[in-house]
Amino acid sequence: MLRLDRVSAGYGRAQVLRALSLEVKAGEILCLLGRNGAGKTTCMRAIMGLLPLMSGRIWLDKTELSALAPHQVPRTGVGYVPQGRRLFAELTVAQNIEIGLMARGSGPEVREEVLDLFPRLRERYHQRAQTLSGGEQQMLATARALCLRPKVLLLDEPTEGLQPSMIAAIREVIVGLRHKGVAILLVEQRVDAVLSVADRVAFIENGQGGVVMRAEDLRADHTIIDRYVGV
Amino acid sequence: MDLGPYLVLATLEGAVTAAVLALTAVGLSLVFGVMRVVNIAHGEFFMLGAVIAWALAHGLSGHPAVGFAVALVVAPLVVGALAVAADMTILKRLDYDPERTIVATIGLLYIIQQLTLMGYGPDARPVAAPFNTRLAIPWFEKGAEGWQMIWPWGLGTTSYKLAVIAAAVAVLCAVWALMARSRIGLVMRATQSDREMALAFGIPVERVYALVFGLGAGLAALAAVLIVPIQQAHYLMGADPLLLSFVVVIIGGLGSLPGTVVAAVLIGLSDGIISVFFSPTLAKILATLLVGLVLVFRPQGLFGKRGG
Repeated sequence: MLRLDRVSAGYGRAQVLRALSLEVKAGEILCLLGRNGAGKTTCMRAIMGLLPLMSGRIWLDKTELSALAPHQVPRTGVGYVPQGRRLFAELTVAQNIEIGLMARGSGPEVREEVLDLFPRLRERYHQRAQTLSGGEQQMLATARALCLRPKVLLLDEPTEGLQPSMIAAIREVIVGLRHKGVAILLVEQRVDAVLSVADRVAFIENGQGGVVMRAEDLRADHTIIDRYVGV
Repeated sequence: MDLGPYLVLATLEGAVTAAVLALTAVGLSLVFGVMRVVNIAHGEFFMLGAVIAWALAHGLSGHPAVGFAVALVVAPLVVGALAVAADMTILKRLDYDPERTIVATIGLLYIIQQLTLMGYGPDARPVAAPFNTRLAIPWFEKGAEGWQMIWPWGLGTTSYKLAVIAAAVAVLCAVWALMARSRIGLVMRATQSDREMALAFGIPVERVYALVFGLGAGLAALAAVLIVPIQQAHYLMGADPLLLSFVVVIIGGLGSLPGTVVAAVLIGLSDGIISVFFSPTLAKILATLLVGLVLVFRPQGLFGKRGG
């Protein structure tokens, strides 16, 4: 479904990703693990077209994402939940969701479906995003991305700074999306959270792809995690 | 005549200034708020609006109202289209970098100004108002027989000046409705909030920027068409509106539309009143002083947000 083919990208002259190749299949959760600065967030930004590629290509099925303008990438069905949520802070919950719906022309039924997943957002519907709690903001960031009816969902540290009940709620949504056939690329620092939800884990070091392993194999052998993540 | 009638007169004059200033400054504020571009050429878009109004008023035969009505529609559209072209050929190429766009718009200022000088000439040229009935304003005075309505000599305005105020209020309400109630306004506000996330949600940010730049310039041009029957069209007339717009936008808070309107009313009215009772120079000095105080004590402006 989503394929990165020897992708190199960076900021100005500073190269962060070095010929990174990855593949996420439909109905699969692939987790990207690596130390801080390894290039995980850069990888997500490159997929979204927010960083120009130095070389390589990115494909979603038969569509070459790297050949599209950045605003066309989400229209192909790539949803993005960025690190730090990055909501449209001055806009209300309703307006943030409306922006999500606009991207692919989703109808009100999608909005209802998304609000059913996060009933708390219904209660806060006319509240400004900046006034929500951290957990509610994460729900809104996820809901906004789900309004695109994504084929691929990029989640960058979705549980960062959340209380356990919120983490469980987000996890439940992620697992539910996998069952619906959504391909999920997850960046997460918490190894236990990764191992409990991921199908496969791809390690990244200095912008280069490392080993890709099944999560269940990693649960039995932590040495590789120690090597790449250092925890 | 007592002080009261003078105050009414000064307030009316100030209200006309405030109305035109609010339209011009809202255009500047919109461009800065959404695009983070400080448009130094904004005053030249104002000037172009006035010059186009003159050209249309003189080019079209018949009643002055015909040329003026055409100018009201055509001048903002032509100036808006020029601004969109400038955005796509200059600002977009600079990737809307805040510093480089300042230099670019300074260049644009001189290009527009000098081209206008070459084509239009150095003269100040009047445009006839579409209607201009003198309206006397009544005053109330307490005499021996109680309160009496009198018509003091010199206390009056024109129907055109009142129309300018009404038109500016109507356009400002339309801008508010566009930003707060429409889909394109929502898209503009999302882009203003986070450009990158707007892209990540399918918003064609560059097209939004072109639209905003065109809208900002169009508002300046519209303000100029409204004021040109009171002032005159001149190739250097963009300097004052630019300076006053910056004063207003800094006091109101860069990018804050309500703040811009409140500051425009404050500066416009005080300009009118101080000019009538003291001198126009003192009005400008006090406005500049107020900007200085705002920059020292509340740099984000009266309605702006810190770091926004």
